[in-house]
Amino acid sequence: MDQFLRVTGNLLEGFGMTLQIFAITLAFALPLGLIISFGSMSKFPPLRWLVKTFVWIIRGTPLMLQLIVIYYGPGLAAKWAQSLGSSFFLIDWIASWTLMERFTAVAVSFVINYACYFSEIYRGGIESISKGQYEAGQVLGMTKTQIFFKVVLLQVVKRIIPPMSNEIITLVKDTSLARTIAVYEVIWQAQAFIKRDGLLWPLFYTAVFYLVFSGILTLLFNYIEKKMSYFRS
Amino acid sequence: MAVLEVNNLKKSFDRTEVLKDISFSLEKGEVLSIIGSSGSGKTTLLRCLNFLERAEKGTIAVNGKEIFNGENLKKTPESVIRENRLHFGLVFQSFNLFPQYTVLQNITLAPTLLKRGTPEEIEEKAKSLIARVGLTEKTDFYPCQLSGGQQQRVAIARALALTPDVLCFDEPTSALDPELTGEVLKVIRDLKNGDCTMIVVTHEMEFAKSVSDKIMFMADGVIEEMGTPEEVFGNPKSEKTRAFLNSSLEQF
Repeated sequence: MDQFLRVTGNLLEGFGMTLQIFAITLAFALPLGLIISFGSMSKFPPLRWLVKTFVWIIRGTPLMLQLIVIYYGPGLAAKWAQSLGSSFFLIDWIASWTLMERFTAVAVSFVINYACYFSEIYRGGIESISKGQYEAGQVLGMTKTQIFFKVVLLQVVKRIIPPMSNEIITLVKDTSLARTIAVYEVIWQAQAFIKRDGLLWPLFYTAVFYLVFSGILTLLFNYIEKKMSYFRS
Repeated sequence: MAVLEVNNLKKSFDRTEVLKDISFSLEKGEVLSIIGSSGSGKTTLLRCLNFLERAEKGTIAVNGKEIFNGENLKKTPESVIRENRLHFGLVFQSFNLFPQYTVLQNITLAPTLLKRGTPEEIEEKAKSLIARVGLTEKTDFYPCQLSGGQQQRVAIARALALTPDVLCFDEPTSALDPELTGEVLKVIRDLKNGDCTMIVVTHEMEFAKSVSDKIMFMADGVIEEMGTPEEVFGNPKSEKTRAFLNSSLEQF
């Protein structure tokens, strides 16, 4: 019993980190994804091309690899630049980190990765709104911004809730990749019990944490879907 | 003085000339019906008046003031176009109500954003328009709870809320079941008695005949014939008009 409480305590602590990664990723990736989606729909071809290439690279490589590149990359690049004899205060400063703050690296790579996935969902949602909605706003003298925020946005939100909830539940589980660079999230905490005490069951026990949390999210999304069922678009 | 004066309007898509040289004028309170087979440019003409398409040549003047000139098309800022567009209202074939708003909110949204009075004034006006199209008991309903005919009546009220000088209808009954066209046409008919200047693109020949002051028959991007309903329907001068009227009568 004592052991169970100790394990639960440690896993809870780890799950706290999991939730932090989850919350920060959502808080930044949701708005950033919208901006990226505007870029990928831009009428200016070079920008559209650039953004689409970026999204392709991020969606086309494993998040784990991106995490490692962002964690080790800047320091390595700065040291290499120094070895070539360059001395610029920014380079010296980056080289002096030796290693970036682990949590920062996780946050940056998760935000970029998820923003790219979200951007494609937003784009699909925005492009599915009929031209007539924009034209109705236009003939009523609304500005483009007013049309987007007052007419289109809520309809987009309603349409993207199912794919978004899918992606957000994937995020819950993707947070476990943070242990790659030794961020002490819940799986890392459980693995510590294997190494320290030879206990395997805490690792299985982590599933309960994930299940409870994704269960709550599922209920939340169902609630939002129901809330928005008052209109059809 | 004419409320609307259109001169030498031209519009092409890629290399296809859709409007070749359109000139006409309309007096206050007049109802103009535009008839013609599909592809004749009727809808494009309406869309040019509402600046959903930009004509590349010609002028549009409302109440004697030029609000569009193809010459300085590129120099006109978006805000000026938005301002000028408000001289016209447009009712779409497919209604295009905002699904997330109630009937009342659909009508008050634009006047609120354009600051056309206090919230109380805007709401009061919206309610009187809802009454005018006979939907008072549906004030707080959402579009998905209404029939097509009711939705189109809301769309008419929404366009009227901005008191346009000219109200345009783009085949307002084409997306409706036959038994629902009557209620929409009745509303349009009632507006005529209210001194509203209107342009109606329509396939409803009987309606065009009975409501309009002028009929415009378009074919291949030009005004083939224009006149009173008696002239156009009773004694068409052009061969094309006669052929069109015969074929649309044959359908019945």
